[in-house]
Amino acid sequence: MKHNYYIFKSGRLKRKDNTVFLETIDEERKYLPIESIDSLHLFGEIDLNTKLLNYLNSYGIIINFYNYYGYYSGSYYPRKQQVSGYLLVNQVQHYLNKEERLFLAKQFIISGVFHMVRNLRHYENTKEYIETINRELSDIDEVPVIPALMGIEGRIRNVYYSAFNSILKHGFLLNKREKRPPNDPVNVLISFGNSILYSTVLGEIYKTQLDPTVSYLHEPSTRRFSLSLDLSEIFKPLIIDSLIFYTINNKILNLEDFDSKEEICLLSEEGKKKFIKEYEKKLSTTVKHRKLKRSVSYRSFIKLECYKLIKHLIDDELYKPLKAWW
Amino acid sequence: MEFDFQTFKVQGIKVNYYFVCKRKLWLYDKGISMENESDAVLEGKLIHENSYPKAKTREIMIDDLLKVDIIEGDYIKDVKKSSKMRRSDTMQIAYYLFYLKQLGVMKKGTINYVRERKIEKIELTEDLENEIKNALLEINKILDSKKPPRREKLPYCKKCAYYLFCYVEELDNET
Repeated sequence: MKHNYYIFKSGRLKRKDNTVFLETIDEERKYLPIESIDSLHLFGEIDLNTKLLNYLNSYGIIINFYNYYGYYSGSYYPRKQQVSGYLLVNQVQHYLNKEERLFLAKQFIISGVFHMVRNLRHYENTKEYIETINRELSDIDEVPVIPALMGIEGRIRNVYYSAFNSILKHGFLLNKREKRPPNDPVNVLISFGNSILYSTVLGEIYKTQLDPTVSYLHEPSTRRFSLSLDLSEIFKPLIIDSLIFYTINNKILNLEDFDSKEEICLLSEEGKKKFIKEYEKKLSTTVKHRKLKRSVSYRSFIKLECYKLIKHLIDDELYKPLKAWW
Repeated sequence: MEFDFQTFKVQGIKVNYYFVCKRKLWLYDKGISMENESDAVLEGKLIHENSYPKAKTREIMIDDLLKVDIIEGDYIKDVKKSSKMRRSDTMQIAYYLFYLKQLGVMKKGTINYVRERKIEKIELTEDLENEIKNALLEINKILDSKKPPRREKLPYCKKCAYYLFCYVEELDNET
């Protein structure tokens, strides 16, 4: 079983013989067996060298870096072992063809919104929000271009976020979604959660032959692996938002886990650890797949979404996005 | 019609996959491989690396297309994990023998199922040769196709590295 390692301490990460060795500034020493690493997430200030990078490269291990505030800042993405020029050509072709691109972009949104509504259904007093969202969603078939689609998505998201206040307990409120910098605890959790999800999705894309830079809903950009953003739309409400409700309402996270400094709100290290612990638990939770007749973890659902996308791109099977049925 | 070997020759593994699953053959050819995701594949690789450590000629590349495990005297030997895919293994070796024959080299072959301590001998017959020719024609047709061949339910699908890929599907939710 492979693990994600989250390192909060500062120190040095290096190759030592045939293993990865972490030495922190308070002289804690730890071996991370190479076969057990799925990916590394560095939150602290870590020194590392090319010897380590080359070593991780041969095992295809991605390192994700996060800044001081805990937000994703970048990844070390080793050379892909498995590439398919054929698939890449098809991936690009589906981007260039307006109809094809719009089709895929819509599927990501339809699935994302389905999971938003699924979240809201769990709680009372959300009926009106659900109705408003469904009304907005019914226009999606007619949408002719991506910006109009983004418009619908934006309006739905506003309604969805305003429903958070009917769900969250213990003094947590979301006034307005604020990204940079997030200025209240719920905004912080959304940003932090989306950050780690983004890197998880990237890790799963990396295991396939998909090119993470060619995307459909989001414009392919140079700053981001935008296919990871596309697929995250499906999993943000399914994984992150439900986790936010869970950790807040069950008092796993308290207001004391957040510090506000000069308009900037921060999740404490303890808070991050608690959230990540629940996140990892969620990712490894399994559901019996009704078609595959196998137990599938939430993490695997991300990879399965990549597979379905590949099948669509090679003209094998029309892409139908995940709609959680359990 | 004269069989034009040069036009139709392919990698040995593709002949093997042709007899296992035509869809797998197509996907593999397009670089869509799942091999690094599968424990069974890793196991096979380890068996390969650790069998016959004393053999002098190991992993011989021929024409950048065929990788023959061992060549010893009149025999080429191929190491396999288990005999469950006997037919496709046989055809792969028969293809090697046929290929070598085109180069003017006459050999016989064995498949060494090391874990089962079983050795299967293969000689190139006219029937086998014809089967190989047909397979090569079909393989090239499949590889030219724009789409992968449709999924076919085979008894070993569940053990295949492509199982999740082939069988994942969304059903409509009941409302």
